[in-house]
Amino acid sequence: MTEKLHEFVESLKSANPEWVGDVKDALGEVTVTVPREHIFAACEFLRDSLGFDMLADLCGGDRGPEEDPRFEVNYHLFSTTHHKRLRLKVLLSEDDPKVESVTSLWKTADWHERETYDLVGVVFENHPDLRRILLPSDFDGHALRKDYPLRGYEPYSMN
Amino acid sequence: MSSAAETIAADFDAIDEPLETQMTLSMGPQHPSTHGVLRLDLRLDGELVVKAIPDIGYLHTGMEKLFEYKKYQQGIVITDRMDYLNPLGNNLAYVMAAEKLLQLEIPERAQVVRVLMCELQRIASHMVWLGTHCLDIGAMSVFFYCFRQREKILNLIEAASGGRMTPSYFRIGGLMMDLPAGFDRRVRQFMDDFPEAMDTFNTLVTGNRIWQSRTKDIGYISKEDAISWGLTGPCLRASGVDLDLRRDNPYTGYETYDFDIPVETGGDVWARFMVRMRELEESYKIVRQALERLKPGPIKADAPKVVLPDRDDMRKHMDSLIHHFLIVAEGFNVPPGEVYHAIEASKGELGVYMKSNGGPKPERVHFRGPSFVNLAALPVMSEGEMVADVVAIIGSLDIVLGEIDR
Repeated sequence: MTEKLHEFVESLKSANPEWVGDVKDALGEVTVTVPREHIFAACEFLRDSLGFDMLADLCGGDRGPEEDPRFEVNYHLFSTTHHKRLRLKVLLSEDDPKVESVTSLWKTADWHERETYDLVGVVFENHPDLRRILLPSDFDGHALRKDYPLRGYEPYSMN
Repeated sequence: MSSAAETIAADFDAIDEPLETQMTLSMGPQHPSTHGVLRLDLRLDGELVVKAIPDIGYLHTGMEKLFEYKKYQQGIVITDRMDYLNPLGNNLAYVMAAEKLLQLEIPERAQVVRVLMCELQRIASHMVWLGTHCLDIGAMSVFFYCFRQREKILNLIEAASGGRMTPSYFRIGGLMMDLPAGFDRRVRQFMDDFPEAMDTFNTLVTGNRIWQSRTKDIGYISKEDAISWGLTGPCLRASGVDLDLRRDNPYTGYETYDFDIPVETGGDVWARFMVRMRELEESYKIVRQALERLKPGPIKADAPKVVLPDRDDMRKHMDSLIHHFLIVAEGFNVPPGEVYHAIEASKGELGVYMKSNGGPKPERVHFRGPSFVNLAALPVMSEGEMVADVVAIIGSLDIVLGEIDR
């Protein structure tokens, strides 16, 4: 079921072996861990050469304050021609949660990256307009972090 | 020409000159045609939209955070509240992601009922889209005809699940309960009347020349832009991309049903309208086929540690009672892993990213809502159009703010 996806991973590897870190095949899905500095180049190659022309989803996650690297960003690529899905994963440390933006490759990444910045606190470099999107601009903290309490630090007031 | 007429003509010349400054108009968040609490920051040159900036988040309730604090089975009720016009679609995406992690086999009857209910829900969702879209543009009476049909579907959903807008009918491993007696007869009754309703809509709207001039060549988005902006569902198919996850990434046995994928190449409001109108007929075909396949059988997967046992079993068997207690009190452990499951909801690709670390509560649940992504492309479609057309474009995107803000 995932042979075709492994072919894509192989061609990604042959284009530049540094792009591909850990490859995981589980539950019919293939996850490729890409080093942070190569994510833009890897995405560009996948889009232009392997037909992954759509970014279906981009979401961040917090693995917990005790984990290192603490944050992850998942790129769910999809193709409108061969209809395969591939997940790229970037791991980020707590001290430097920064990753290159892919907005110039897929315009849809704009809002997804803003949402990830807003809720998880990952900073996307070279993003055209990195503002909070769901929470108010004066909100303190990042709500989806594991150390952020469910009810917030104090009752939020509009003033 | 008299001097008075000259003065008036001079006045008109002044009016025709472009304004020196642009006006900023804040449309919403309480504007009725923004379909909820969406605010648009419109920069206007006269009546032309120079720049449109959507502002969202007014309905943010932190659902993704809440999922991490609820057991897997408790998360289903939260999904009802996201896209409240398509709750069964949300239920399906969520439970299928969990089932993928648990690697459960779903029995045939449950699969058929899922397809049946989802397609009925799609018709109901499109009825609200058509009604409100027409209402926004000024055709008020269509709204009542649409809601009459939707009411019948909501009654069917209520008969099956007990809830009208928050059914939570699909459970991890199957269904909440079996369909009530005589349900297929009630669906057939609805289906027999539906073609007549479609004729009414086509007479009222599709052939209407005012409607056509309000929608044709408005809100254009090209095929390349549509893919780059990640549009899915009817909005993408209206731009000439032949993509439907029911056929291309099939789930719950959609590959065995016979239906067509309507595709239009216009990329404008009219094309999106036509795609959805034809989709209604395809959903109608799928419901008919699902009714034929409805055979008696189990509705829950054979996984006693995950699926709640029947009441009758609990009274007779000790182990069923223990399983029931454990599932309700402690939940069930889901093997560690991560999945992304996408379904074709009424508005486009509804994706669920679910990550488990082995406990009874998910570590991370992320919803990729089609409305969220489709709304992001609104500026491309509306810049260069008139203010009144922005209303038509919002209607053609078919957004639900509950899903955008989550």
